[in-house]
Amino acid sequence: MIPEIGHFALILALLVAVVQGVFPIVGAAKGNVAWMALAKPAARTQFLLVAAAFLSLAYTFAIKDYSVLYVASNSNSKLPLQYRVAALWGGHEGSLLLWAFILNVWTVAVTFFSKHLPQVTRARILGVMGLISVGFLLFLLTVSNPFERLIPAAIDGRDLNPLLQDPGMVFHPPMLYMGYVGFSVAFAFAIAALLGGELDAAWARWSRPWTTLAWVFLTIGIMAGSNWAYYELGWGGWWFWDAVENASFMPWLVGTALIHSLAVTEKRGSFKAWTVLLAIGAFSLSLLGTFLVRSGVLTSVHAFATDPERGLFILAFLVIVIGGSLALFAWRASSVGKGGAFDVLSRESFLLGNNVLLVVAAGSVLLGTLYPLFLDTLGLGKISVGPPYFDSVFAPLMAPAVFLMGVGPIARWKKAELPELALRLRWAFFISLATAALLPLWLGHWTPMIGLGLFLAAWVLLVSLQTLRERLTVSHQSLPERIRSVPLAWWGMWFAHLGIGIFILGVTIVKGFETETAVRMKTGDVAHLSGFAFTFDGVKSIEGPNYIAAQGTINVTKNGKAIATLNPSKRIYTVQNMPMSEAGIAASLTGDVYASLGEKLQDGAWSVRIYYKPMVDWIWGGCALMALGGLLALSDRRYRAAKRKAVYQPVPGAVAA
Amino acid sequence: MKRLLILGPLILFVILAGFLAVGLHKDPSEVPSPLVGKPAPQFSLPRLDDAQQSFSPKEMLGQVWLFNVWASWCAACREEHPVLLELAKTNAVPLYGMDYKDTQEAAQKWLQNGGGNPYIHSVMDETGRVGIDFGVYGVPETYLIDKKGIIRYKQTGAITTKLLSDTILPLVKRLQAE
Amino acid sequence: MRHYLVLILMMLLPTSLLAEEAKPLAIDPQLEIQVHRLSTELRCLVCQNQTLADSDAPLAEDLRVEIREMAAKGKSDQEIIDYLVARYGDFVLYRPPVKATTVLLWAGPFLLLLIGLIGLVLILRSRKQIIATPLNIDESRKVAELLNKES
Repeated sequence: MIPEIGHFALILALLVAVVQGVFPIVGAAKGNVAWMALAKPAARTQFLLVAAAFLSLAYTFAIKDYSVLYVASNSNSKLPLQYRVAALWGGHEGSLLLWAFILNVWTVAVTFFSKHLPQVTRARILGVMGLISVGFLLFLLTVSNPFERLIPAAIDGRDLNPLLQDPGMVFHPPMLYMGYVGFSVAFAFAIAALLGGELDAAWARWSRPWTTLAWVFLTIGIMAGSNWAYYELGWGGWWFWDAVENASFMPWLVGTALIHSLAVTEKRGSFKAWTVLLAIGAFSLSLLGTFLVRSGVLTSVHAFATDPERGLFILAFLVIVIGGSLALFAWRASSVGKGGAFDVLSRESFLLGNNVLLVVAAGSVLLGTLYPLFLDTLGLGKISVGPPYFDSVFAPLMAPAVFLMGVGPIARWKKAELPELALRLRWAFFISLATAALLPLWLGHWTPMIGLGLFLAAWVLLVSLQTLRERLTVSHQSLPERIRSVPLAWWGMWFAHLGIGIFILGVTIVKGFETETAVRMKTGDVAHLSGFAFTFDGVKSIEGPNYIAAQGTINVTKNGKAIATLNPSKRIYTVQNMPMSEAGIAASLTGDVYASLGEKLQDGAWSVRIYYKPMVDWIWGGCALMALGGLLALSDRRYRAAKRKAVYQPVPGAVAA
Repeated sequence: MKRLLILGPLILFVILAGFLAVGLHKDPSEVPSPLVGKPAPQFSLPRLDDAQQSFSPKEMLGQVWLFNVWASWCAACREEHPVLLELAKTNAVPLYGMDYKDTQEAAQKWLQNGGGNPYIHSVMDETGRVGIDFGVYGVPETYLIDKKGIIRYKQTGAITTKLLSDTILPLVKRLQAE
Repeated sequence: MRHYLVLILMMLLPTSLLAEEAKPLAIDPQLEIQVHRLSTELRCLVCQNQTLADSDAPLAEDLRVEIREMAAKGKSDQEIIDYLVARYGDFVLYRPPVKATTVLLWAGPFLLLLIGLIGLVLILRSRKQIIATPLNIDESRKVAELLNKES
């Protein structure tokens, strides 16, 4: 009964979405107030209906109803409750329902926080989001129905893939989708602006908080996924340039470019057409990612079960949405004005440089991800493009962007003076160079990549400290007063940039100085690695809710002092009879000790892999700081419209831009 | 110039969509064999029915033949088995098999339970070494070898009746006429 | 009596000292360095997004054994790679080879960068041409009035 209610709710939602998509946009074009007014109630009704469908599927999972095919394929009676619910997005159909649900969450949020927008604009925005929803609901109802019944019902389910039975599964996909799907708001703003022909600073100011919030979620989602892979997969890798990872990273890169571009458009009215294109691009990459994961054109450990029919549907949807929006762009963008003038060397030009580098990086990731497909379709053979390619291409592209990160924030708008910049930055520059040259030697060995990474990390950290000091020494107020007088937007930028520096530091140190050893251990044996002693204390058998495990105990000491106890284990999940390795990790600020249990060998010993990963947690710490920065930036008071009461004085010599 | 810049993204997208559309019909995990057009790797392996005797591709020079890699633990081989039994009955082309990373006992039992032995002879590659020489990565895999001992066609995955009638048998006829 | 007690205690004490240094899993650690290096440059054909070093698939294990045997015979990295490419094709290389068909792949990012930088320079130059006209005092006052009205 409940699944049928859910199914019916989706059908109703589709009808409401059609109303939401069509009437407000046509109404905006014709000036029909009644039709435009349909947008808000339609959006809220659609949200309630999709929420009902989502909840009914969640309920079906929770009560273990295996008469629904999707539940039978992804769940099991022994599966703990939180994973039964998370299993909802473990397969293709359910994750699409999650997509549609999150789209509705963003849409309904827009209905609540858009009172300051002109009705025409709001109608168009909600209309565009309605049209996107139509596409997804149609897809769900035609070829991806999660409520399909299984007759006769299965006695028990096939279980969720053991790799997914982890807190990461509860957290990572929803965060990621909040991010991806959140770019639909920026997209809708862009389309609304193109349709209405008004692209001005106000539009940029309205888009910014929505875009930043989506970016924050995407950052957190990617960070969660990377951290999950690190502790789950057993050898301490945290990024593999897998097609699906790239599918989430490309919108992130373009989204970052978009945030910076919006800043310029808001402040100076420049880059309008370019910002609109980026907004279209970010969401297009999200949709492209959705296509790549579900169509079977690329191999990936993350890919869902594939079906060319589904692939064709999404491709058609992509052509309509992306093709349509780019065509609209081609038609309307030339009528957009140019905006403020700026010099070759100015904050605008540095930000433009940042944009070019980020977009080129995203383009390169796209090139590498799709190249095997290009060659195969042209009959030119089959190759595989993996991390060696991406690593060698990505770092050189990002290095200049990171360098600019130190220069841009202190450059003046409109016209910056190179000698002045060089003077202010000379200490940071030379200390960074020295750090890059000398620190690796003290730590063990020097390679060009370590040198580059340390230079950039030091550069960012030093410039951050310098700008902080400069910013806080302006007046004679007390320190807390001075901190509060600095706008949140500035703090946001500061934390986010600092986060990148910390991220680079973590990546450089861990990749440059991590160590590992593979040993055979009997009870009592000791292995030594990087100054740590690892004593093997045997393996015991334990039982979990739906698995049996052989759990090892390893005591870690350094200089005789006990540091941690690691419990790496090998589990066999009883339903799918699938073995899985759980690493034993002890994390600290300076690094992680990481152990992974292998096989029981013929002489009774166990094969064990032991790793030391220095500063690896700074990778995710840096990401967390970036997300914090984003949150601070969008909490800035300028977005709280009611509080603004500025009184403007005429400024002699003010320039008409 | 500006027109070109503004139309650029749309044009690039259309080209991309074209590639994606074609790509939908391709299988990205299929690895084509570099051995097609090259001589079949030489080996001498014990026979499944009598480990004292061996078989080597040299014995098949002058004939067109099929070399099928299978195993008792392989699920897709089960699907392929009836098709191969039918093929063996027609005597259209000699069929030899290689039991890959398996045991003699399990393999013989599997053939019995499967409804018979379609192979003239099967050899045993217990370590998988010969499989590596043939570039085997996912059984079942089948090679069509010509009179000169050159691999002319490789099929990765189960052989279907359609594949036989559309691709393999016509090619066999052509090669036999050479 | 005390002597026996001390003796027993002394016998118990060194058991911790008897704990052995764990032996490396690899029979020949020197060789293993080469095997590991090669395994990280080759793709597992079964779990296609993993290297031979990371994959647990049986074929990956077999290929690692093969590589180890060849390395033990003294074959160079290139010889071992060529051996596997001859059997599995370019697909087995984790790092795409530089060939005629992959020129666009390797050169692509830098071509894109070049285009981007040229575009950047052209736009920056064209912006400089826009000449700004300052407002006079009446226009300034009008602007202030309008802005005050809005807030």
